[in-house]
Amino acid sequence: MHELAITESVVEAVTGRLPDAKITCVNLEIGALSGVAADSVRFCFDLVAEGTNLQGARLEISEPAGRCQCRICGEQFDADGPIALCPCGSVEVTIVSGQELKITSVQVA
Amino acid sequence: MCATCGCSGAAVIRLVTADELDDHGPHDHGIHEHGPHALPDDDEPIIAGQRDSDRTILLQQKVLAKNDSLAQRNRDWLRQRGILAVNLMSSPGAGKTTLLERTAAELAGRLNISVIEGDQETALDAHRIRSAGCKVVQINTGVGCHLDAEMLANGLQALDPQTGSIVVIENVGNLVCPALFDLGEEARVVLASVTEGADKPVKYPHMFRQADLVLVTKTDLLPYVDFDIRRYAADLRKVSPGAMMLKLSAVTGEGMDSWYDWLRRRTPAPQE
Repeated sequence: MHELAITESVVEAVTGRLPDAKITCVNLEIGALSGVAADSVRFCFDLVAEGTNLQGARLEISEPAGRCQCRICGEQFDADGPIALCPCGSVEVTIVSGQELKITSVQVA
Repeated sequence: MCATCGCSGAAVIRLVTADELDDHGPHDHGIHEHGPHALPDDDEPIIAGQRDSDRTILLQQKVLAKNDSLAQRNRDWLRQRGILAVNLMSSPGAGKTTLLERTAAELAGRLNISVIEGDQETALDAHRIRSAGCKVVQINTGVGCHLDAEMLANGLQALDPQTGSIVVIENVGNLVCPALFDLGEEARVVLASVTEGADKPVKYPHMFRQADLVLVTKTDLLPYVDFDIRRYAADLRKVSPGAMMLKLSAVTGEGMDSWYDWLRRRTPAPQE
């Protein structure tokens, strides 16, 4: 259940950067290949935010899809799961998106 | 509560010494203090604009930025001392401690190895490693499900490894969470025993994707279990094309020499 730790890192980072602001919304990017379940972060967020300046804030999570580039044929393709296989049969792929785990912005009152 | 690992903030580092093993058992070496939560040196927040009465402030900050910067500090510290740090990960019971016991006993006097043990509770593994003749520090994470870079920094301080040596970090037994947390190690080794079944690389791809070396353990049990090693190797290649795979049994000793060769090849040359 590392999503609890991840959610706490989010709240700690925002509180550290903006200790005196009343945060009304937090925008996160959690890629489909990041190893973090966005739903679990949503589940934890209100609990973790309680008693901080993020209490009551809305949580918006964008979930970029997995996208890979084949190192053999050069084609880009969607990775629908964590195992990326190029249509050409190659497993030599580079993940170009989907591994994001980032606080993009917050809104303050 | 610890904001990095989700533990109760009570991770305890125990330094088990020979005297304590013979005498009254390990004592608490120090408490896992988190200190002021300094933030990474990112740019100052930029005020991007207004929407109604609320302002949007761009942060563009990696969620694990703090752990990553501490891990880099560990990596620099280890490299400056020519120390090879190996992060050993697997599910509970895959044979990490048994592997280390045999490794410590057989390489004694040839390679200088010390161990940092990560478990939620007890110093049982530290006792086993110490009995095998190895210097060891036990980290208990409490409710935490993985080691993080700050715990490793505390562990290294307590262990005080020699220049040019090998530090093996036995992570908390868990095929999920440790994959996300960089400790500052030089190499990641994932163990999977034949009794766990051949489907682990595809079931836990995040863990296996980052492995430099995968050790298939307990091969002495292959005659008794349904484990398709060819399927395993093929699936591992799909998940992690760059990972090397070795088969071994720490009970019979089969394959252990290849593991020792791997360690030797990665050990930094002695410094003048």
